[in-house]
Amino acid sequence: MKVGLFVPCYVDQFYPQVAVATLQLLEKLGCEVGFPLNQTCCGQPMANAGCEKESKAAAKLFVENFKDFDYIVGAAPSCVGFVKEHYDILEQNPDVSHVRTKIYDITEFLLDILKITKIDARFPYKVGFHQSCHALRGMRMAQSSEINGASFSMQKQLLSMVDGLEFIELDRTDECCGFGGTFCVTEAAVSAKMGSDRVADHERNGAQVITGGDVSCLMQLEGVIRRQNKNIKVVHLVEILNGVSFEK
Amino acid sequence: MTHSEKATRYIKDEARVDWHDKALWFVRQKRDIQTKKVPEWETLRELASQIKANVLSELDTYLTQFEENAIKNGVTVHWAKDAQEHNDIILRILNGKNAKKLVKSKSMLTEECHLNSFLEKNGIEVVDTDLGERIVQLRHETPSHIVLPAIHLKKEDVGETFHTHLGSEKGAKDPQYLTGVAREHLREKFLSADAALTGVNFAIAETGGITVCTNEGNADLGAHLAPVHIASMGIEKIIPRQSDLGVFLRMLARNATGQAITTYSSHFLKPNNGQEMHFVIVDNGRTEQLGRVDFRKSLYCIRCGACLNTCPVYRRSGGHSYSFTIPGPIGSILSPGVDLKKYASMAFASTLCGSCSDVCPVKIDIHHQLYKWRQIIVNESNSSFSKKQIMKAMGFLFSHPGLYRFAGKTGRKLVSSLPGFVLYNGLNTWGNGRELPQPPAQSFREWYLENKHKTGNKL
Repeated sequence: MKVGLFVPCYVDQFYPQVAVATLQLLEKLGCEVGFPLNQTCCGQPMANAGCEKESKAAAKLFVENFKDFDYIVGAAPSCVGFVKEHYDILEQNPDVSHVRTKIYDITEFLLDILKITKIDARFPYKVGFHQSCHALRGMRMAQSSEINGASFSMQKQLLSMVDGLEFIELDRTDECCGFGGTFCVTEAAVSAKMGSDRVADHERNGAQVITGGDVSCLMQLEGVIRRQNKNIKVVHLVEILNGVSFEK
Repeated sequence: MTHSEKATRYIKDEARVDWHDKALWFVRQKRDIQTKKVPEWETLRELASQIKANVLSELDTYLTQFEENAIKNGVTVHWAKDAQEHNDIILRILNGKNAKKLVKSKSMLTEECHLNSFLEKNGIEVVDTDLGERIVQLRHETPSHIVLPAIHLKKEDVGETFHTHLGSEKGAKDPQYLTGVAREHLREKFLSADAALTGVNFAIAETGGITVCTNEGNADLGAHLAPVHIASMGIEKIIPRQSDLGVFLRMLARNATGQAITTYSSHFLKPNNGQEMHFVIVDNGRTEQLGRVDFRKSLYCIRCGACLNTCPVYRRSGGHSYSFTIPGPIGSILSPGVDLKKYASMAFASTLCGSCSDVCPVKIDIHHQLYKWRQIIVNESNSSFSKKQIMKAMGFLFSHPGLYRFAGKTGRKLVSSLPGFVLYNGLNTWGNGRELPQPPAQSFREWYLENKHKTGNKL
């Protein structure tokens, strides 16, 4: 099984540790992982800002980079979802549909393809789980609070396999962090307030660590935490699954 | 002003924003509790969505069926192609009866048509009888929410307004006292009204009757006391059968306010003896919206307001930050069809979190429509948007890997070397409440090239 590692642009530039953890985790689980060196961005930032046309070239490049892998895996439901849902902007051909059907977020890939049932990791902290909207209502990796149905969360299911990890309860289980792509700068006031309110919820309920599946949300929450000098750590869930430790 | 500019101003009073957010979140929670008591809730949503799809695909048939039946019932039916025609029709009816005083129950359509100001200019006294509507009317404001028109006001604000306009005690803030004051004031208006106007929640094709939902009974009181009852409705308010009410009435109040049903569901079929009843059926851009394949589903809306309550942006920016009559997510997909330029910023007042679509009782794909409107708005705007240029540059950057890597490296270096006052200037709005990420020494790609042999993996 040849897996292509998809590293979103801002992860590549600002959160390389998340990509390292994804790579190491996949290799530990026996995957043969390749990293196409010419990858850049899936194209979502431009499209969400209303400039779908400007994201076409990036999307084409994406397909070119990943068309030869059996699976494409990234630790970013938002970007993965964009490829699946919005690559209808490209002319459809076998390569495009291959990429669109074989791309997975790491959580889905671990649970649905590798079908793992245990994880060798320990994380003895009180953890607040931040639910990313694109994982929730785009990729449907959990039940949203608006819908009347049995509750589930693939990401929390994975994290529950980690030894010592204790989830805290939030007052609002799936409210948006306010990042929203270019929204974070075009609607900066509302965006920052949303981020601040999210962090307050985690803090109020005793989180030592905030985790989640989308780095973009975590970047927003971490930005607030550092500005407000809060004593809460932020890590991506793959880092926890890969056995991250805060001990020096 | 754009939504962003107005929201920035609104958000300065953080205590009020928190209060507004909590008040609406409380409504959302009540909604969750109520809807989760109905095991077949998701089936109802699907059913409601399908009924609305059917209505829109057969709209002409249902409308004429409705008209025929209404006429048989002794109702006069009027057709208005736009707001002006609607207002003219109302004025003509009122003048025909020499009516000078109109009491009006809640109707977002008349807000959309700016009926009040039109009638006032023509010498008619208009009194909104819904408590929230009356409060905003006294303050010369517009509703900030489609179901809770005065949700932007605290009880202290209402006390002040009533003191100024209705002579209540200064500093009063007891809701029961204030409601009593309004009741007394409105009772007199009801008794002296020459005509009553109501909105329409549902118009039933097979009976020619209409259903009006209120919590205050003000629609009934107005319509039964006055010699003339006028009901204004958009063309999309049609449902095929009386039995379809069983679907929609179970959903409307539950989803809107978390009540099992509104206190009053009033069914009007024919005029009382000696009374006149008029239905005014209004298009005002709806047919055009119906013709837009990507956006026609916006006409499914039953105006429950749940997408406003759930929207994290609406809760923190307030209804008046949206320049359209209908604020929030649903307003943001209806308004571009009315005036693409004027309301251009509304479609961008969203993180596309999708909560609006999941909470919608008729399954309108609201956040997908926001995304689609953005494409059209950017395409058709003459790019006062410097954003469009930035996006072009980004598109170029991300399709040229070498350039992307160079920009990334330079960017990371800049962020780590520049002092805070340069990074967090007025141009970098990210710095509004947030720190930038701490740039790592290496990008992942750089790390990978250096370490790949250690992990033993192949390119």
